Amino acid sequence: MTTLTINGRSVTFDAPDDMPLLWVLRDVLGMTGTKFGCGIAQCGACTVHIEGNPVRSCLLPVGAIGNKAVTTIEGIGATETGAKVQKAWLDLEVIQCGYCQSGQIMSAAALLAATPQPEDADIDAAMAGNICRCGTYVRIREAIKRAAGEV
Amino acid sequence: MYRSENIANSPSRRTLLKGGLATGFTFAFYLPVRAANEPEQAPDTTAGQFAPNAFIRIDHAGKTTLVMPQVEMGQGVYTAIPMIIAEELDADFSKIELEHAPPNEKLYANPMLGVQATGNSNSIRAFWKPLRQAGAAARAMLVQAAATQWQVDPASCRAANSVVTHAASGRSVAYGDLVDAASALPVPQDPPLKDPKDFTLIGKPLKRLDTPKKTDGSVIYGIDAMLPGMKFATLAACPVLGGKVAKVDDGAAKAVPGVRQIVVLDDLVAVVGDHMWAAKKGLDALKITWDEGPNAKIGSADIWEDLRAASKKDGAVAKSVGDIVKGLAQGDRLDGEYEMPFLAHATMEPMNCTVHVTPDSCDVWIGTQVMTRVQEYAAKAAGLPIEKVTVHQHLLGGGFGRRLEPDMAESAVRIGKHVDGPVKVVWTREEDMQHDVYRPAYRDVISATLLNGKINAWKYRVSGSSVMARWLPAAFANGIDIDAVDSAVDMPYDIPNKHVEYVRAEPPAVRTGFWRGVGPNNNVFAVESFMDELARKAGKDPVEFRRSMLDGNPRLKAALDLVAEKSGWGQPLPARTGRGVCVQPSFASFIATVVEAEVDEHGEVKLRRVTAAVDTGIAVNPDIIVAQLQGGLVFGLTAALWGEITVANGRVQQSNFNDYRMLRIDEVPKIDVHVIKSGENPGGIGETGATAGPPALRNAIYAATGIALRRMPVDRKALAVANKA
Repeated sequence: MTTLTINGRSVTFDAPDDMPLLWVLRDVLGMTGTKFGCGIAQCGACTVHIEGNPVRSCLLPVGAIGNKAVTTIEGIGATETGAKVQKAWLDLEVIQCGYCQSGQIMSAAALLAATPQPEDADIDAAMAGNICRCGTYVRIREAIKRAAGEV
Repeated sequence: MYRSENIANSPSRRTLLKGGLATGFTFAFYLPVRAANEPEQAPDTTAGQFAPNAFIRIDHAGKTTLVMPQVEMGQGVYTAIPMIIAEELDADFSKIELEHAPPNEKLYANPMLGVQATGNSNSIRAFWKPLRQAGAAARAMLVQAAATQWQVDPASCRAANSVVTHAASGRSVAYGDLVDAASALPVPQDPPLKDPKDFTLIGKPLKRLDTPKKTDGSVIYGIDAMLPGMKFATLAACPVLGGKVAKVDDGAAKAVPGVRQIVVLDDLVAVVGDHMWAAKKGLDALKITWDEGPNAKIGSADIWEDLRAASKKDGAVAKSVGDIVKGLAQGDRLDGEYEMPFLAHATMEPMNCTVHVTPDSCDVWIGTQVMTRVQEYAAKAAGLPIEKVTVHQHLLGGGFGRRLEPDMAESAVRIGKHVDGPVKVVWTREEDMQHDVYRPAYRDVISATLLNGKINAWKYRVSGSSVMARWLPAAFANGIDIDAVDSAVDMPYDIPNKHVEYVRAEPPAVRTGFWRGVGPNNNVFAVESFMDELARKAGKDPVEFRRSMLDGNPRLKAALDLVAEKSGWGQPLPARTGRGVCVQPSFASFIATVVEAEVDEHGEVKLRRVTAAVDTGIAVNPDIIVAQLQGGLVFGLTAALWGEITVANGRVQQSNFNDYRMLRIDEVPKIDVHVIKSGENPGGIGETGATAGPPALRNAIYAATGIALRRMPVDRKALAVANKA
């Protein structure tokens, strides 16, 4: 059995150590907010936070996490930065199909937590790993700046 | 549940979306392993509700439920359609609830397509009038019911926010209290519609109804379906397109912990496990011998050779005005050929379908653009009558035409027949990309002559696969695929002699299908690219050249003027930097776009700025229109800069986002969209940006370098300084 701290709570489950966190969240714990997009850390749809840092959960073995804190899209709204990012996303109507947006929001929340007033170059660096096929990038950039103004 | 036997008077009761803002939750939740996250399904009945048509349900508590005949895949119809119905219904928009329509051609077929499908950017165009009428009829009945109760003239009553008021007597009654009386009234056949000047919802940038749940992980796409006892499967089809399974050695796969079952079908192998990871590891451990079949030697070079040969033949004539032979003999002649590659859809939500097949039932959980086709293909695959198949629709994590096909449901049911209990079948990104239904490759051959600085004759021949011939045979007649010539037969310029032909040329092995922008994607690219070459030959500015031939198309001319002004057209630019323009009448919207781009000495292209002006008629929700154009432009520019599917030895060579590139945020510039106020009927918008981006970029590169690209995607080698002609 493996025990992880996810969104502030301890959870115990049975999964092999090499199983990526993505599939533990989705298929074992039923936390489907974290998305499968590519399986090779190319698209960012599966982004979660490990101790506040953005990580692609599709390549992260659960056995490597130990007692580090995991935060997912279901829990990010409990953080001040996460809640502001979510609000900015709605205020500017960033979202279209929405499938990549869990990952976008997680990457943006991590960026703002580390860099409260990001320049365009900071946004590029933090967000270029997250693909949006609907092409919402223009609004993602605006929303990050909007959230920064309120953080 | 969606049950088709009594669907005529009781559409789906499933509530997936609720209007208004969801409260962001602050506590994490944990579902026990294998718990259901499928939404609660309300009772399957309209009993006790006011249900005057297939789209509107009002209960005694006043709860107003709108049934969505078109699916939400990001384009915003789950906001725009409710706005249209609620406008005429005078319903309280903040309190409406939405349901997916069940599969039912009779009630929910798209009037423009003739089938229950969402595509061709026509949800609003097709349903504009029927939904206004549905809302207006319901409103008239509610007002009549109130007026009868008060014994007053209905014309003296007024409805707003789900309440009927009689100002003269100071009385008012909520819609919920009129349910029984209104239900007893006949449905008016031709109810009066509002004068657009009285619209209170239409035209406002209202908040989308689907987005709150998309910010906190609570939205459920097809891939998120979770059912008690569910298993998980992933699959491999023969890497050679059209190949079959010859032999499977599953010894090692069965030893993978969590693997429960190997399902071997004639054309694919699926591994079923306790979770996707077990299924994936099991699949990797399988030793599959494939019977590669007749396509094992096919490559892109052969496909292009065939298409080029086909494009030299005469085609079926789709349009002919004036005298093309005479016209081409007068003036300065220019010839050009344009080529567009196969493209994958690469929806962010990979193909998936969850099924539960029993001897006498089949349940399908999916997000699809074609509900009834999914039901039909699932029934066939399950060997069950259609009424035994229940389709549970979800929001789509991208459609772009890929989910206009039911193939994933068919495969999932064929697998699910061998599995005890529900199974979720998820395609890996690699399987999704290598077994797509690809945007056809096209070749366009154009000849034109210039006389007195204007186009005198225009001969255009498009060659490529016909998607319509397979998908909607009625739209393929006399050798013409109406989609393949869309935006070619109706190109916007005043040209006295015009001739458009179509050559149907089906590629071997490669399945073709609709892709955001469909036929216009190809035709707008070829037409607008060649327009720039003709402008240069005529010694004219590209905007002025187009403008001089748009007298017959004032809406497009106004859009062109606006985009020229807003984009700074004509203002000086640095070296190797250019602006390119594209105008298009596609999908009944009139759009002009300017892309500004820089080409470095290595041929790398940097997008600097994108500006678009759009007259899409009455803008139901202007903010969604802006968003669709911004996103559509990124979609089109992605294809122009990176998109190409190639085939070698019968295999698709691209497999994931590392070799099938997407534009990323650091490559996307400012995109300004200007919506022109209009009183015309609404046009389509979902695909228009995708068609506008590539020609505008191509023309910007032409302006920056003088190099006339005639093939997509952009060939950086051809643009490098050393290779400049």
